[in-house]
Amino acid sequence: MLMMEYTFKQLEEWDSKIYKIIESEGLDCFPQEYEICRYEDMICFEAYAGMPSRYPHWSFGKAYERKKTLYRYNLEGLPYEMVINSDPCIAYLMKDNTLLLQILTIAHVYGHNDFFKNNRLFAEGTRARNTIEMFKNHADRVRSYVSEPAIGYEKVERIMDAAHGLRYHTTRVIGLKELSIEEMKKRLLQKYHNDIKVEGPLDEKKDIPFPNLNKVPLEPTDDIMGFLIEYSKLEDWEKDIIEIVNEETKYFIPQIETKIMNEGWASYWHYKILNKLELPQSLHMEFLNRHNQVIRPFIGGINPYFVGFKMFEDIEKRYGLDKIFEVRKLERDQSFIRKYLTEDLCKDMNMFQYNKKGSDYVIEEISDKEGWKKIRDTLANNVGMEGIPYIRVVEVSTKDNLLTLEHEYDGRELDLTYAYETLKYLSTLWGGKVKLRTYINNVKKFITCNEDKTISITKF
Amino acid sequence: MGVFREIDSSGSDRASGDRRRHRKLVEDSIKKNIGGIIAEESIIGENKDKKIKIPIKGIKEYRFIYGKNKPGVGSGKGGEQRGDKIGSDQIQQGQGEQQAGNNEGEEVYETEITLEELINYLFDDLDLPYMDRKKFNEIESEKKFKRLGYQKKGIKPRLAKKRSVIEKIKREKATQRGKDVELETDGNEEERERFPFKEEDLRYYHIRNDIKRESNAVVICIMDTSSSMDISKKYIARSFYFLLYQFVRLKYVNVEVVFVSHSTVAKEVNEDEFFHRGESGGTYISSGYEKVLEIIEERYNPAIWNIYAFHCSDGDNWREDNEKAVKFAKKLCETCNLFGYGQISSSGYIPSSTIKSEFTSKVKYSNFSIVNMSRKEDIIPALKKMLEKEEGLGE
Repeated sequence: MLMMEYTFKQLEEWDSKIYKIIESEGLDCFPQEYEICRYEDMICFEAYAGMPSRYPHWSFGKAYERKKTLYRYNLEGLPYEMVINSDPCIAYLMKDNTLLLQILTIAHVYGHNDFFKNNRLFAEGTRARNTIEMFKNHADRVRSYVSEPAIGYEKVERIMDAAHGLRYHTTRVIGLKELSIEEMKKRLLQKYHNDIKVEGPLDEKKDIPFPNLNKVPLEPTDDIMGFLIEYSKLEDWEKDIIEIVNEETKYFIPQIETKIMNEGWASYWHYKILNKLELPQSLHMEFLNRHNQVIRPFIGGINPYFVGFKMFEDIEKRYGLDKIFEVRKLERDQSFIRKYLTEDLCKDMNMFQYNKKGSDYVIEEISDKEGWKKIRDTLANNVGMEGIPYIRVVEVSTKDNLLTLEHEYDGRELDLTYAYETLKYLSTLWGGKVKLRTYINNVKKFITCNEDKTISITKF
Repeated sequence: MGVFREIDSSGSDRASGDRRRHRKLVEDSIKKNIGGIIAEESIIGENKDKKIKIPIKGIKEYRFIYGKNKPGVGSGKGGEQRGDKIGSDQIQQGQGEQQAGNNEGEEVYETEITLEELINYLFDDLDLPYMDRKKFNEIESEKKFKRLGYQKKGIKPRLAKKRSVIEKIKREKATQRGKDVELETDGNEEERERFPFKEEDLRYYHIRNDIKRESNAVVICIMDTSSSMDISKKYIARSFYFLLYQFVRLKYVNVEVVFVSHSTVAKEVNEDEFFHRGESGGTYISSGYEKVLEIIEERYNPAIWNIYAFHCSDGDNWREDNEKAVKFAKKLCETCNLFGYGQISSSGYIPSSTIKSEFTSKVKYSNFSIVNMSRKEDIIPALKKMLEKEEGLGE
């Protein structure tokens, strides 16, 4: 057992003081549970995104090794805490931390907890009550396939690797009710009949083709995972693995979409709470030190704690306390930045926009009158799921089982090495040839992955 | 209000299975690229315990990502101006990690492994059976002691202290069992009687002198340093010798290396001269072989030494020397465990002389092999081909 420089009783006392402030400030939290763990456990929780009961996969082992290496060489500090979006909310605290760090973390965790419970994306997109159960259930299913003699580890891994490669290509809009195929057909027919309606006697008859109701997919879809479950020829257990990965991704998407807001919100609250706690002088000094470490700009990059904290402080200053509660409920990083990142904030944070010229990165825009809006928009377009290329399944040609996809080009091109390999994964899952329409060096091209996993590029 | 719990997972290691699998995949990827890694010039000639850093493209988790030609946003220190250069590709990698989205930086791990591990991977991969060493080549190299348990009589230096204490405790327990139960129950620690060692408690290591048989090997590298051997050819030869040396060193405790370079005359040189000094002039291959036979005669008695000789040349031998070269080659086959000839040809160049075909038709020994190398990638297959001869020899 490690020596702790505090007792459980102390933690409970500070927690109850913090909780009083939380209540009086109007934060609305799930019941909170804290697990005090060792350093090794912390790395493990991080590697499994807080879910040690996840299904087995080497990528978690890789994450573990990576974290461990980074800490060993002091390239990255250990996180003070790790919070899980679940009801009750579970947070891990690292045993070796100082008392002040634990106090700071407890306050920070309540911020996340409130965010999980109230932000629209979490409330609508995840089921906090079932979280732990869901991950356990998935792990059990995957393990059962692994131990099935006819399947086994390698076959599961093959599908899992491929599913991981495509996991972010699922429905992006949270809370949207998906139309069934029948409803989609109905809607297409309705649209057709509306379109061909002739308004007056003098109007020419419109030449609109009758919609092809047997087309797969009926309309282009960005939900590649869902499409594979619906239309691929995979076996049931293989589809189940895609389903599992897909469900877990849906759990994580709200976190991806609100990284800046979530950390900003938690930091805003830990700062406010600790200032109200009337800490003894020595703890107060340590608090300010730690806080400044967390809320420091990453030169040349974006520190979500820093940007989020600054923005919430600014919103409160400009619109009042009620407004920040509304913002934390309704927005995600993209809309948050678009609506609330101002010229003054950009200037204050010395934000700039860079681009690659040759092998160098060169500043294109700085936060002045002309530049700040571009900076704001570029940032908004790169946060959360906006950072992941938008790719849709367009059609399947029944003749040769060719799956065609298109990348919605917005000036950002795909990394080709990654695209080739990902297409190979897709071809594995689809069970045939796969073709992606995209832009390479500003020219429209097709990348094709043949059945034998060779890649070819053709002009459009 | 929060609930606090301490979790004690000491002993359990949730990640171990996934880490093992990941390491296996990394290992596989090293093995796959081993030819390229090992033939890198920088590691040739390094000490086997030296840790070398090899960049391993981490086992990537491929998905659709954007390339680098896209604008990004960062915080500055203030005072930045349009057009300022803020970095080149290298620096950018780290920053990718910290971006709010999911942009991961390029994942390149540096794995540190010793050269020996690397070589082991390589030879694992070549799937070579363990070499049978010729019995008569074994020599008594070292005397070692082997422990064979304990005995009651012995000399003081061989006293087995731990064992003796155990024996004493055994005796003590046995004595107590015999005494009254009463004494045990109110067994007062302080009043416990002193219980000294007796002669019968003492145990000594039983030791036998063990003669370890070791075998010695010498790798003789012969290289044509005539003007037609250019740098790239020498590089191939060098890589080849390096690997051959590593292989032999895996199998034998004592390995010596001899370098002989020749043009029309041969001389024994040191490693540095061997690899770096260029010569000029024509080629008498026989001169090199003759020199090697001389060295073997003087220093490496085939009765004690396993001899591996290998000759790299571009095949451009002067015609009048061919007959003599064949004669000495045969003699080398009779003397050495393995004798090999590697012809290094750069693409498009066809040597005017045909020493290779001379060898092919006239030197018919099971321990003689001829390999062809023209690119870096040919080195390992060539090595494999040659070492398969060794396998045949063992039978």
